[in-house]
Amino acid sequence: MDKMPAWADAFLVPLISLILAALLSALVILAIGESPTEALKLMVEGALMRSAGWGYTLYYATNFIFTGLAVSVAFHARMFNIGGEGQATLGGLGVALVCLYLPWPHWSLALIGASLGAAAFGALWALIPAWLQAKRGSHIVITTIMFNFIAAALLNYVLVNLLKPAGAMDPASATFPDATHLPTFQQMFSTADNPLFRGAPANISFFLALIACVAVWLLIWRTRLGYEIRALGHSESAARYAGISPVRIIVIAMLISGGLSGLMAVNTTMGESERLLMNATEGAGFIGIAVALMGRNHPFGVLLAALLFGFLYQGGAELALWTSIPRELIVVIQALVILFTGALDNMVRMPLERLFLLLRRTPKGPAE
Amino acid sequence: MDYLTLLQVLDSTVRLATPLLLACLAGLFSERAGIFDIGLEGKMLMAAFFSAAVASVTGSVWLGLLAGIASSMVLSGIHGLASITFRGNQLISGVAINFLAAGLTVLIAQHWFSQGGRTPSLMGGGRFTDITLPFADALSGVPILGPTYAELISGHSILVYVAFACVPLTWWMLYRTRFGLRLRAVGEAPEAVDTAGVSVIGLRYAAVAICGLLCGIAGAYLATGLQAGFVKDMTAGRGYIALAALIFAKWRPWYALSACLLFGLLQAVALRYQNIDLGGFIIPVQVMDALPYILTVVILAGFVGKAIPPRAGGEPYVKER
Amino acid sequence: MTDPVPAIELKGISKAFGPVQANKDISIRVMPGTIHGIIGENGAGKSTLMSILYGFYKADAGEVFISGKKTEIPDSQAAISAGIGMVFQHFKLVQNFTVLENVILGAEDGGLLRPSLAKARGTLKKLAEEYELSVDPDALVENLSVGHQQRVEILKALYRQADILILDEPTGVLTPAEADHLFRILDNLRAEGKTIILITHKLREIMEITDTVSVMRRGKMTATVKTSETSPEDLAELMVGRKVLLRVDKTPAKPGAKLLEVTDLHLWDENGVERLKGVSLDLRAGEVLGLAGVSGNGQSELLEVLGGYATATGSVRVNGKEIALSGRDCTGQARRAIGIGHVPEDRQHEGLILPYTAWENACFGYHRDPSYQSGILMNNAAIREDAKGKMERFDVRPPNPNLAARNFSGGNQQKIVLAREIERNPDILLIGQPTRGVDIGAIEFIHQQIIRLRDEGKAILLVSVELDEIFSLSDRIAVMFDGQIMGVRDAAKTDQRELGLMMAGITGDGTTDAAKAAQHG
Repeated sequence: MDKMPAWADAFLVPLISLILAALLSALVILAIGESPTEALKLMVEGALMRSAGWGYTLYYATNFIFTGLAVSVAFHARMFNIGGEGQATLGGLGVALVCLYLPWPHWSLALIGASLGAAAFGALWALIPAWLQAKRGSHIVITTIMFNFIAAALLNYVLVNLLKPAGAMDPASATFPDATHLPTFQQMFSTADNPLFRGAPANISFFLALIACVAVWLLIWRTRLGYEIRALGHSESAARYAGISPVRIIVIAMLISGGLSGLMAVNTTMGESERLLMNATEGAGFIGIAVALMGRNHPFGVLLAALLFGFLYQGGAELALWTSIPRELIVVIQALVILFTGALDNMVRMPLERLFLLLRRTPKGPAE
Repeated sequence: MDYLTLLQVLDSTVRLATPLLLACLAGLFSERAGIFDIGLEGKMLMAAFFSAAVASVTGSVWLGLLAGIASSMVLSGIHGLASITFRGNQLISGVAINFLAAGLTVLIAQHWFSQGGRTPSLMGGGRFTDITLPFADALSGVPILGPTYAELISGHSILVYVAFACVPLTWWMLYRTRFGLRLRAVGEAPEAVDTAGVSVIGLRYAAVAICGLLCGIAGAYLATGLQAGFVKDMTAGRGYIALAALIFAKWRPWYALSACLLFGLLQAVALRYQNIDLGGFIIPVQVMDALPYILTVVILAGFVGKAIPPRAGGEPYVKER
Repeated sequence: MTDPVPAIELKGISKAFGPVQANKDISIRVMPGTIHGIIGENGAGKSTLMSILYGFYKADAGEVFISGKKTEIPDSQAAISAGIGMVFQHFKLVQNFTVLENVILGAEDGGLLRPSLAKARGTLKKLAEEYELSVDPDALVENLSVGHQQRVEILKALYRQADILILDEPTGVLTPAEADHLFRILDNLRAEGKTIILITHKLREIMEITDTVSVMRRGKMTATVKTSETSPEDLAELMVGRKVLLRVDKTPAKPGAKLLEVTDLHLWDENGVERLKGVSLDLRAGEVLGLAGVSGNGQSELLEVLGGYATATGSVRVNGKEIALSGRDCTGQARRAIGIGHVPEDRQHEGLILPYTAWENACFGYHRDPSYQSGILMNNAAIREDAKGKMERFDVRPPNPNLAARNFSGGNQQKIVLAREIERNPDILLIGQPTRGVDIGAIEFIHQQIIRLRDEGKAILLVSVELDEIFSLSDRIAVMFDGQIMGVRDAAKTDQRELGLMMAGITGDGTTDAAKAAQHG
């Protein structure tokens, strides 16, 4: 028998890890001379108590859903795709090229086109590491890290030498044409007497992210491909026996993963900045790791974790605005979440397993 | 390019290669013992901050160095706890450590110094000064050799010499001592070490501790030798370049030296020249930035000699019958 | 007259893993200068007991006496200091170290290597002469044969001045010739006064070399006897707890058409070593062809090639039709489509995905079958229903398709794999090690299923390292050695001796052309 019930492994372990991370974060806040409760209150007020706050929270969450799903899909094939950052960077380039160089009559068509462009460029950037892993055994963690840096250099080159409008100073592309501007939540949900989400960047790509959640869930648990991806992730030798080609599955899973990372750029580049900037990803590719770990690689969990991180991001920005706590607090919290849910999970799991074993044994009386 | 410019580029190569080399050797100890470490970046960053902070407060660069080493070793301890004691995922632990350092350094810097996440500029005893080796001035008149000695070999901070001395030292430890034999064994076949009655956990913690020590020196050099003070994210990917160098070197000390010098040279050239004109064909500076990473991918792909990591690398050790 | 002091004495050793009692109140006395055998089925608790003796596990209760002195063994270091050396079934060697480096690891003198290496070189030379234990001290272990690697393990123990040597299933990976050499070494060691504990499940080895033997069953020591005063039959009965049917009830085979023709199969592994060197054989409907041999002589590779997940050159014809041995059409899926079922040798790493539920496993490999699909999605309800039926018909316990495969016992896991492969009604069934790690009750069931399939006119290729199993199921027996078929014999007209010689690479009838021998029948 398993040492503890599946629900405990799925919910209790991440929950306790999260509480541990939260406690430590509170200690950090205390240590820099601020009050954790005050900080939390500020964060909740800033991120959740006003519709504009929600507009930011959901905007960030959109990014994290995409990158979180990206990491999850790769994890199911036991690939640690740490290259979300680079894939999202390339996704941004895809969005920019589609928006700048194709004539779009309407935003809805542009959205489809940009999504395809983003996913294609992101997937392309994952393809080489995937192929190298599948065919030549090059460790995908290292290659995807390297590709993050190469992507940054590439984007730098493209922006400075190719896309920057003549005479402009900052390394950024021209602003996209009006027809490609996506409807924001403000435009979608405000009425004349009830303005909502004022000035917030949340836009229609949030719904794209929700669709991606459902699609990934179907893919992983309801399709043949998902069955094969998970099978490969659990046991490569068994997959080979069953006639599942590891090369094919690794490449496909990484293409999907890279595509999902790339899609993030629809939200940032097309939905928010409406032009291609340096560092548009703002580390969201890495936060995807924390989100996937906390969400236990399940799209629903990823959604919840992404909302939590969206809240943390927006709350952190509020903190930086009103207190002397810098935004980097969120990076610390993110680190602690990754540490506890991803690397120190056994620290939580081992005592829990012992507890469940004890609970199971006692009603039966002494062991034989 | 005249000879003096060349010397200056090479001199800058040596300076830029130093933190890479220290971090690379740090990674070598850890990975040779079977503990993957992508947290080199974070440890360096943490050490850079604490060394600069303590040096700035106390005015003593040596206390700064100690503080840097200590902070880096604390992160090593966390990595050890996660990957050795609790048999967690070493890669994820490394990622977490990088973020922890990136966040904490700014958080604490802001709290202590309120200068937007940096330390005050270090002056006087707060920095490692360059050492002029004997006869540097006297020999500078000798053509070629003189300037080479004076510019390239002499005139670096003590930590540069420490870093270069670490290469033969590492080689000697690895291949000539009992500790080295056991260290290499535990990265290849921990079960062999365990059944021989030697503690796998002890060895791996020792390796991780050495890794922390060297990363600490690397970070301290960045903030108190190469530059005068800590600024946010000042490691700027050096930990990853060191990792790349380690793979490039196939986990061997002397090759690590060459790889780090090569990557240092690339950095030095990128720093000095923007775009390089090779007779009409222009290499953009971004190519120089990306070259270490591209080279590493090529090496990893096995097109130029295959890089085979230690066999037990990345796998937590579980006793089996 | 005083009793001599035993070299090792265990008193009342007990050890439980969670709810499983691996060792229960075990006591043994082993006299110095003797070879003591411990025999028992897989999972009887032999290895656990020895792991306790070597400090890998801590016993829940009981005491250990070494040469009459009560000794605590909390770790391997303590075992080594107590003079215990262990040769594990899976060698504990550093592959890219030299023999010398492996020998001194953990037993170095001082912090520098040079003196230790010099000393070890001398000692090794002496040991080699004394005990027929010669190995090149500067060779890398990864370049040594299995037999030589085992010698390095023995040298390691002797270098640490072990007086007590434990060998865990030492002959599992050896050819008969290598095994003979090992027994000569053990003989020499015994003559020098060393005490040896030999753990095995092979009765023949016990009878051949041991002085005394203990039998273990389900964690308990059922008997300790002098080898000279017992017989293989008695030991077998003690091992399994009742009279064993050495032969499965079956009628003579009625072989039909040739279903599988394998000709001149060659396979090179990733290191460029030739693992199959021109294998040829054929298989008819309605017969079981047993493939015997020491493991590692190409049987696994042959199964992988036929199962479609290793590439090879040569020719394989199924029902007279050539099938692909490489490229896009060489997949497990393609093989299943033409009626080749495959129960793989390693059910835990190949046959099953352990974290998958039983129902997910019950379609594994056939998951692309149209009956399991509904549109672009998989029809999980149908798969679950299908799995339920299979589990009932094959008496899988518990019959719960939602349980993860890792939660079933070895026998029930094997039944899930068998059910999946057999119920697809294949013309040809490849079966590797069908009863490895399976309890007696399930073994009988599995053997019956194999014979039933044969009687239905299916062609069965059975690979097993258990000669007894090969004998009781096969109609013809082929022996593999070093990537070749040494010969094919009629099961009724051969014996263990002849097969044993063939397994060592010597053909009984003097045939030199192995390929030709394989073609007959």
